[in-house]
Amino acid sequence: MSPLTRLLEVVGRLFVGLLLAFLYLPIVIMGLMSFNASPFYMLPIEWSTTWYVQLAGNAQLVDASLYSLKIALATALIATTLGTAASLALFRYEFKGKKILQALLLPPIAIPWLITGTAMLVFFFGVGIGRGLHALILGHVALALPYVIIVNNARLKTFAPELEEAARSLGANQWQVTRRVTLPWIAPSVVAGALFAFAVSFDQFVVSYFLATPGQTTLPVEIYAAIRKGFTPEINAVSTIIIVLSMALMLFTARFYKFGGND
Amino acid sequence: MASVEVRNLSRSFGTFKALDDVSISFEDGGFYALLGPSGSGKTTLLRLIAGFGYPDQGHIAIGGESVERVPLEKRNIGMVFQSYALFPNMNVFDNIAFGLDVRGVPREDAAREVRRALELVQLSELETRRPHQLSGGQRQRVALARAIVINPRVLLLDEPLGALDKALRLDMQVELKRIQREVGITTIFVTHDQEEALTMSDRIGILRAGQLVEEGAPEDIYRRPKTRFAATFLGEANIFEGIWTDGRLRLADGTLLETAPGAGRGATGEPGCCLIRPEQVRIAGENDGGTGNRLEGRITRRLFAGNWTTVFVDYQGKTIRVGQANTDFLKLEDGSKVTLAFSGSNTIPLQS
Repeated sequence: MSPLTRLLEVVGRLFVGLLLAFLYLPIVIMGLMSFNASPFYMLPIEWSTTWYVQLAGNAQLVDASLYSLKIALATALIATTLGTAASLALFRYEFKGKKILQALLLPPIAIPWLITGTAMLVFFFGVGIGRGLHALILGHVALALPYVIIVNNARLKTFAPELEEAARSLGANQWQVTRRVTLPWIAPSVVAGALFAFAVSFDQFVVSYFLATPGQTTLPVEIYAAIRKGFTPEINAVSTIIIVLSMALMLFTARFYKFGGND
Repeated sequence: MASVEVRNLSRSFGTFKALDDVSISFEDGGFYALLGPSGSGKTTLLRLIAGFGYPDQGHIAIGGESVERVPLEKRNIGMVFQSYALFPNMNVFDNIAFGLDVRGVPREDAAREVRRALELVQLSELETRRPHQLSGGQRQRVALARAIVINPRVLLLDEPLGALDKALRLDMQVELKRIQREVGITTIFVTHDQEEALTMSDRIGILRAGQLVEEGAPEDIYRRPKTRFAATFLGEANIFEGIWTDGRLRLADGTLLETAPGAGRGATGEPGCCLIRPEQVRIAGENDGGTGNRLEGRITRRLFAGNWTTVFVDYQGKTIRVGQANTDFLKLEDGSKVTLAFSGSNTIPLQS
């Protein structure tokens, strides 16, 4: 090995190390601090679960968390159902304007959420939808749909259309074909799409900030408000819970991907 | 089991006429090959019989029942795809059971039928395997079992052996034929492989540019084709062009070729052509008199292929192939003059 290669290898390792550190260190520190009795991040850590206890007593944070969870689950369910159906339609049929429709899926992902949120607020008030739970779910579903459709479309590209033809030639009706042949193949992307939808909704700040009614807000909005009023380590506690849950979900999905995939 | 009747069938894709007024009958229990180059419409014809899409014009009847507006899933046909199209999320047993399941056949009856089909294709020990754990030939058998287990009225095969290597293809030809005989099902298969069509089928339909050019038993089409296209597409052919003169073909050098009677004969003065198969041409000895057609030529090349030798003879600037299972041919020398002899009854007039 030449000295240059060795040098490059060292630089490469250093780069990866720094990358991982910047990604995960803040999270690890937050997790540790959520168990630190000192509200001012004093070291050494004095282990305690006070912040978790206080969090349980903080009705506002707990309410906001449950509200966010409710919206995210509803969004995931609705966006996954509609999005998967849309993907199947785009896969199966040729119709006028199909290309345009597919192209229209991409801009919503690129448009800043601030702009989408403002536009939604103006539009929802204009047509009388207003704000509140229904408006939040509607808005989040609209944001999440493109992700679901794009993830499913990618998976459907690997699906052989003859499989549907074969199933139909064997006497299966449209529903049987979908349920027994097509959906099993795209199951991994349906799950991935649902996770995306859940994440888009659960993480959503801007659109939620605009569409939530003042009394009842989502967790990201509540955290933002809490930080402005003065940071309390309860936020660390709630964030740690969310991170642990979402990591567990991701690991579970990764396993599912492995077993759901075919070759 | 049922016969299939196709009448005046047409189908276009945009401006491309994939099928143009095709009529053909498939008798009950027969084994039919649809043969043609790619783009000839053979696959379109098969897919229309299956019910993938509807014809622009014409009629299709299966077992006397008009089906051209019946959707695919209600036609009760068995279809084998070139890619086999086995369901990757199901094992061999479930793949074969699929058609019975969606029909609501009770589990126990379905299991019995599936086992019988597995036995028929000799795969009984593999029922729990997944498609990706099978070899090409095994997948082919599963696809076949899955298609016939539903007891379809017709079995449709789209280039079923196209994806197999040559040795396996020959085995599967024999196997497919055995299974078809055992089940006694009307079978239509699409192929571009003329040898496959000749060895397997009871009847062959040859298509070109969306039209049925010729149809008949393999031996008839091979020995006495009616059209130049069929003559050259199916097997090796020597074609002579000339002017018809009282049922004989006058070549450019004035030689008159005796020909067999047939619709391909034109009226005196009309241009036309005729066929003589390489294996029907003899190299005549020096004192070999005899009747029939005789042409003088010069050997240009000899091709030894084990059980077969082809000699290329130059006649008036045209290459004539002479094929024999005769190794004496090897003793002939390139450049030597020879007399070619072939009987008039094997010289077939062709429509161009």
